[in-house]
Amino acid sequence: MTAAIEHQAELHSKLSLRAVSKHFPSGAHPVHALDRVSLEVGESEFVCLVGPSGCGKSTLLNIIAGLERADEGEVLSDGSPVNSPGRDRMVMFQESALFPWLDVRRNVLFGLRLKPGLTRDERRHVADFYLRLVGLEKFARSYVHELSGGMKQRVALARALAPNPRVLLMDEPFAALDALTREQLYGDLQRIWQQRKKTIVFVTHNVREAACLGDRVILFSRNPGRIREQFQINLPRPRDINSIELARYATEITAALRSHGRDATAEGPA
Amino acid sequence: MSRTLKALIFFAALVAAWALVARARIWSPVLLPSPWSVALYLLGAVRDGTLLEAGLVTLKRLAIGYAAGLSIGLPLGLLTARVRLLQDTLGLLALGLQALPSVCWVPLALLWFGQTEAAMFFVVVMGTVWSVIIATESGIRNVPPIYARAARTMGSRGLHTWVHVMLPAALPFIVGGMKQGWAFAWRSLMAAEIYVTILSGFGLGHLLHYGRELNAMDQVIGIMLVLLAIGLIADKVLFAPWERLLRRRWGTDSK
Repeated sequence: MTAAIEHQAELHSKLSLRAVSKHFPSGAHPVHALDRVSLEVGESEFVCLVGPSGCGKSTLLNIIAGLERADEGEVLSDGSPVNSPGRDRMVMFQESALFPWLDVRRNVLFGLRLKPGLTRDERRHVADFYLRLVGLEKFARSYVHELSGGMKQRVALARALAPNPRVLLMDEPFAALDALTREQLYGDLQRIWQQRKKTIVFVTHNVREAACLGDRVILFSRNPGRIREQFQINLPRPRDINSIELARYATEITAALRSHGRDATAEGPA
Repeated sequence: MSRTLKALIFFAALVAAWALVARARIWSPVLLPSPWSVALYLLGAVRDGTLLEAGLVTLKRLAIGYAAGLSIGLPLGLLTARVRLLQDTLGLLALGLQALPSVCWVPLALLWFGQTEAAMFFVVVMGTVWSVIIATESGIRNVPPIYARAARTMGSRGLHTWVHVMLPAALPFIVGGMKQGWAFAWRSLMAAEIYVTILSGFGLGHLLHYGRELNAMDQVIGIMLVLLAIGLIADKVLFAPWERLLRRRWGTDSK
């Protein structure tokens, strides 16, 4: 039953961004963070937003999340306009944003407790399911400070997935991790995405990461923040970040990034 | 266990050194009584009930005043953190009054309330409330904004965010403020009791005061030891469990 519904939903857009603009007043020169950005993201699609720092990609993610308002344009989630945060769109931040006063399981339960219609046992069952999914069921009673950076982001992922959102918004979630941990999480994220069939919008300034994870990579330029180019990544999954085919895509995207921005580099300014 | 032992040895050594100095008779025993005579005084005071009675009077004043100070200070601190107008007005006032030594409230309390329990209560509340306001306010302000953002995306709003995110996140600061408020309350009460005699009850401060009046150094030192013990026990009983909890959860162990 669900498969049929999901198949049908694929014909529609999960997220529609229509001419979204955003300015930040900053002294004499207001920053034009986003300039009429339009984008369609399909059901279960994995889209990566790439661009130099200050190109407005994180702002765009916040607008989709409902944490910030667009000055002009609108965002539709499943056809209805986004004005505030909602459980259909969960966010994962660069810092894990886990609550230190709660243990790991209670962190995952936080969003579930706010979701109506679940009994205590059901909530606990769901929380444990997602902790198993990210491989941390043994750490359910641990506190946040006892976890490594990679483990924290796994808990954050479990917390974001637990209320079963349709869309997962990820804002450079792996940027603060070491390379080895990151590669492990690429594998995990791809596996989980294929299992849970979420629509994912993933912001990064790491081109390789984008090519490894995304069905589609959207290239942004800055000042004003605009979509410059889109790349379809036609590689089978799971993808290995070190494969040659992937490197070819990454090279192509990096070249495009360079040609668009004066000082825009793949890594962005320090 | 071994830490307790070390502390015991340390205090035993202090008392031994005191006993040696007293025995050497460098100063008159009127000025420096031996530990033994202090112990005898305390024993007598326990036997005839004066110590227990005075202790209860003092602790009751402290508990009531401190509880009132907390229940006024915590909500005001939250409001001050939340409302810009209060931050610019009450926040500033609290900052100023927190720095005022709380013994300075005693003359005012005496003129307003006379030599009554109300004056004692007022002085203790004034000692507590400002530092609790300041600590609560800065605790809330120091909560990383990302916590509230994350909570919002999970559907938390308004009161739920305050109770389940802001307050627990600010807890380390709030406990620190409560501890400071406790220390201020304790000090201001002692100042008030030494300063003023109130017929409705003689507290430990009064015993200390009369020890001086009577030139009874064993009483002065004995009561000081009792005050010291109360301070230590209050810290261990009231605050140490909270601090252990915070260390365990936040992982901010200084070791």
